[in-house]
Amino acid sequence: MRARSFAIAGAILGLYGLLELLRQTGIISAYWAQIMDLSLIITISAVGLSLIYGFTGQFSLGHAAFYGVGAYTAGFVSKTLGAGAPGFVLALVAGAVAAGLVALLIGLPILRLRSDYLGIATLGFGVIIRVLLDNSHKLSPTLGGAKGMMGVPQLASFVWIFWLAVGAIWLAANLIRSSYGRACISIREDEVAADLMGVNTTALKTLAFVVGGALAGLAGALYAHRYPFLHPSTFDYLKSLDVLLVVVLGGLGSLTGTVVTAIGWVFLLEWLRAVLPSEYMDLRGVVYALVLIVLMIARPQGLLGGSSAKGGKRRATA
Amino acid sequence: MVQFIEQVINGLQLGFVYALIALGYTMVYGIIRLINFAHGDVFMIGAFVGYFGFAVWGLPWPVAILVSMAVCAVVGMAIERLAYRPLRAKGAPNIATLITAIGVSLFIEYFTSLKFVFGPNYRVVARPFAVQVFHLGPVSISSVQILVITVVLVLVAGLQYIVYRTKVGKAMRAVSHDRDAARLMGIDVDRVISYTFAIGSALAAAAGVLFALAYPQISPFMGIMPGLKAFTAAVLGGIGSIPGALLGAVLMGQAETLTAAYITTDFRDAIAFGILILVLLLRPAGLLGKAGPEKV
Repeated sequence: MRARSFAIAGAILGLYGLLELLRQTGIISAYWAQIMDLSLIITISAVGLSLIYGFTGQFSLGHAAFYGVGAYTAGFVSKTLGAGAPGFVLALVAGAVAAGLVALLIGLPILRLRSDYLGIATLGFGVIIRVLLDNSHKLSPTLGGAKGMMGVPQLASFVWIFWLAVGAIWLAANLIRSSYGRACISIREDEVAADLMGVNTTALKTLAFVVGGALAGLAGALYAHRYPFLHPSTFDYLKSLDVLLVVVLGGLGSLTGTVVTAIGWVFLLEWLRAVLPSEYMDLRGVVYALVLIVLMIARPQGLLGGSSAKGGKRRATA
Repeated sequence: MVQFIEQVINGLQLGFVYALIALGYTMVYGIIRLINFAHGDVFMIGAFVGYFGFAVWGLPWPVAILVSMAVCAVVGMAIERLAYRPLRAKGAPNIATLITAIGVSLFIEYFTSLKFVFGPNYRVVARPFAVQVFHLGPVSISSVQILVITVVLVLVAGLQYIVYRTKVGKAMRAVSHDRDAARLMGIDVDRVISYTFAIGSALAAAAGVLFALAYPQISPFMGIMPGLKAFTAAVLGGIGSIPGALLGAVLMGQAETLTAAYITTDFRDAIAFGILILVLLLRPAGLLGKAGPEKV
């Protein structure tokens, strides 16, 4: 066991070294480096949703709201404090904590709802956050409102993004294997039975929601420090769908699936952009949608689902 | 006071359009427990076909509505046949179908944005008739409002007739009550589901044409917000319930219009969805939904 942990740690370190080397030498161009960073940021956010939906079974259509809360909070803190490593770290923490707090406040009441109803409530919550971001300039002109927010110092280098992504995955993997994680999975499988076995379902659902939301907030905080322009439309309902698609395509209850799909999905979209001639650029959305439909019909349990996700056997909850 | 009544009438116009969309959501949900995300896009196609009907092909507007309803009925059946039925046949989990519905929705939006289909830009709709304003005492009401409200009432009455007075309607209610038992009684469940999509999509198409007449601007992405709000209305009223969808939609229209008129236009959408969350928390089955015991 111990030897295996060391092997994994070594492999990750090696991977990091290799990628950093390729980036420094310019073999990976600045353009693709940016895509790589984005894919890792999306991974962090998707791991968060994987905890909420994939492992605890709480359907959420508003994940981008936490992402947005994190990005705006972190951007605000960073802009107020000015550039510098301590301010950056504080901004990351603030983004994650703010998103976690919002998740707690919204989660406590709405996690009583089930399946589709929870989905629509989180969707509504996402729209509300979007509207608030659109009007955020009334709270503080720094936030920019519907015009967008600019001037957040671009401090999120590859070191930060890579290791925070590794940290997020590590955190999630350990959480899932802990007794809390097993209790969360039991809620996904059958909430009533889990309740009867003495699992504190409310507390655990909230825990998963808060941790998942905080991870999305962290991802948003990184995003704010990597891409110089923040706009409310970056955090709307379509973005929530993006993350949901990643988690479902990867297979519910498969962390590996989530990570691989998140990275693959971002690269697929960019690859389409690179490979399609410019006059067919409009086709990108069509291809995206078709890939999604065909994948879903061919493998409804997700790409890597199957062993851990009992998709096909799960009873429809009315 | 006069202004208030006029705002209520504006809200009624909006709410009635939402109602036609909400009916499709609620019927489909009642039968196959699916949030048909593509429904808002069928509404958009309806608006475009209607627009082509009266503005380009020069059809009289009632004919344009009927043509649009027929086209969308076919589109709705095709979506169900090509995208949802294969998943149902596999016994895929609900969520897989839901994601597929999202995929269909994106597909319709991006496909119709292509230059050789509808094109990505907004189009301004020229109404096929001059808008007249009538005065009932101090309150003024426009011919568009009367038109919208009348057409919706006629269609809802028609739906009521189909669902409660015809064999197809009886089969739909049976399938929605218990799909397996209905199949055992010899009902062709797939065909009933197909009819449900056809009827729901035709209603959405009519809503699309009315929307284009009332708020004369259309684009391939116009279906997203009305779709979400109509779905919200269906949940608000109690999803699966036809009177519930109507009630929810009317309330939603009022909430949106009155908020915009008297409180703030900036937070209009936030307030609409805030109400939804409150209703879900206080009465999760919706206003008219049956809060039956959960099946374990």
